[in-house]
Amino acid sequence: MIGYLKEIFSGTWSLFVGLGITIKYFFKPVVTVQYPREVLPMTPRFRGHIELTRDPETGGDKCIVCGMCQKACPSNCITVVGDKVEGAKKKALSRYILDFTKCSLCGLCVESCPADAITFSKDYNLAGPSREAYIFDLKKRLEERKG
Amino acid sequence: MSAFAQTQLKETFVINLGPQHPATHGVLRVKLVMDGEYIVEAEPVLGYIHRMHEKMGENRTWAQFMPNTGRMDYLHALAYNHGYVTVVERAAGIEVPERAEYIRVITAELNRISSHLLWFGAFVLDLGGFTPLLYAFDDREQILDLLESVTGSRLTYSYFRFGGVYNDIDENFVPGALAFIKRLRERLPMYHALVTKNVILRTRLEDIGFITPEMCRKYGATGPVARGSGINFDVRKHEPYSVYPEFNFDIPVYPKGDSMARYMVRMDEIEQSMRIVEQAIAKLPDGPVMAPKAPKILKPAKGDYYHAVETARGSFGIRVVSDGTNTPYRLKLRSPTFSNLSLFGEACQGMLLPDALALMGSLDLVIPEIDR
Repeated sequence: MIGYLKEIFSGTWSLFVGLGITIKYFFKPVVTVQYPREVLPMTPRFRGHIELTRDPETGGDKCIVCGMCQKACPSNCITVVGDKVEGAKKKALSRYILDFTKCSLCGLCVESCPADAITFSKDYNLAGPSREAYIFDLKKRLEERKG
Repeated sequence: MSAFAQTQLKETFVINLGPQHPATHGVLRVKLVMDGEYIVEAEPVLGYIHRMHEKMGENRTWAQFMPNTGRMDYLHALAYNHGYVTVVERAAGIEVPERAEYIRVITAELNRISSHLLWFGAFVLDLGGFTPLLYAFDDREQILDLLESVTGSRLTYSYFRFGGVYNDIDENFVPGALAFIKRLRERLPMYHALVTKNVILRTRLEDIGFITPEMCRKYGATGPVARGSGINFDVRKHEPYSVYPEFNFDIPVYPKGDSMARYMVRMDEIEQSMRIVEQAIAKLPDGPVMAPKAPKILKPAKGDYYHAVETARGSFGIRVVSDGTNTPYRLKLRSPTFSNLSLFGEACQGMLLPDALALMGSLDLVIPEIDR
């Protein structure tokens, strides 16, 4: 009988302890971020979709059209197209197609690149009206991008 | 088994729990034959998100399988990365620098804490308590921020590489991890006061949902499920890999076998993981994080290799068969949750439906890992 009453008392007390904790936390500062109005900065290593880096000397891309990224990609989402330029020994990049619908953001392409021609972007809130909107031509994006 | 369930009533009915049900945490369907509120028979139906990870491994190079490992168990992705890189390193004979192994252990243990915190929140949510979930997510967020700054991703890290890790840790990582451990040490008593000692939770879990050691052996259950039934088995201790033998930590074992025992095992494991992280940070050596001789195009020698790691859910085994080419010949993944779920049918016979859901929650199921 005493054990039974003790159990009821300690059980009820545990509920008050829990309530006390939640009330204490109720008056503590808010930890959440009101996302669309407040945006947290992305970490420098954040792996978004890939983007061509700009060559500071020429202002163009650094790609040497070796196709290493294309080979490294597990989901075959990269297509690199290069043209032969008259007079020059190397091929020049004409199109760099990234099918972002298939990409799993593993970063193997960036690692395999011998010329540091690709890097991760910081885009994370992408939205588009169609599937085709996610087939990016990175060369075109690089030309449109400032800086 | 209750007296009610033992009476031979002729009228039973079948209900489908899932495939879309909040208590199954994913697309798991359980076919339940019910006698009123009591379960007569339960049969988990799998395969709703089967993605052929094993077959995918056979038609891509060794390195290209890396992102897949994080997508099986998205809550403890680094342990799966760890298992895969270790078995391939053994096959190819790659030496890993010591600093890389320490970084692997630190990040994998932090990931284990984050997995247990999410389980804690989701489990209490299954039982009807919403607030602890938000507190647990607050703490988990700190770990995800730390790991994001190092690996570049919040969930599917694919951070380890054959012969080391992708990036060295940044200068904020070590102070951040220590600050997090200090913070969690202060918060754990709050969790115990709010949840563990709560009378509603105790009456829902204590002496309910028994899993016997025999059942664990029969179905091959590992991890906190087996340790909650008194089986002292942890791959980190009993088949040590990486640098785990250098750390001093305990394996929490609770012999009772009820849902509460499994709950307590995981809560204690959070503390043990914090101990490992602290010791690893104290011992963290300098040096390279990538083996200098790691080959770019990997062609492991012919052979059959197996390696198991301890994940948050149990022992994850990975067997690779190499025929000497740049793609695996066979890749077999032994996932712990598949075995842990298999005993559910036997364990929940004669239980009330809400108690069976508490038992299911205490198994810590991650469905993409069951189906692979």
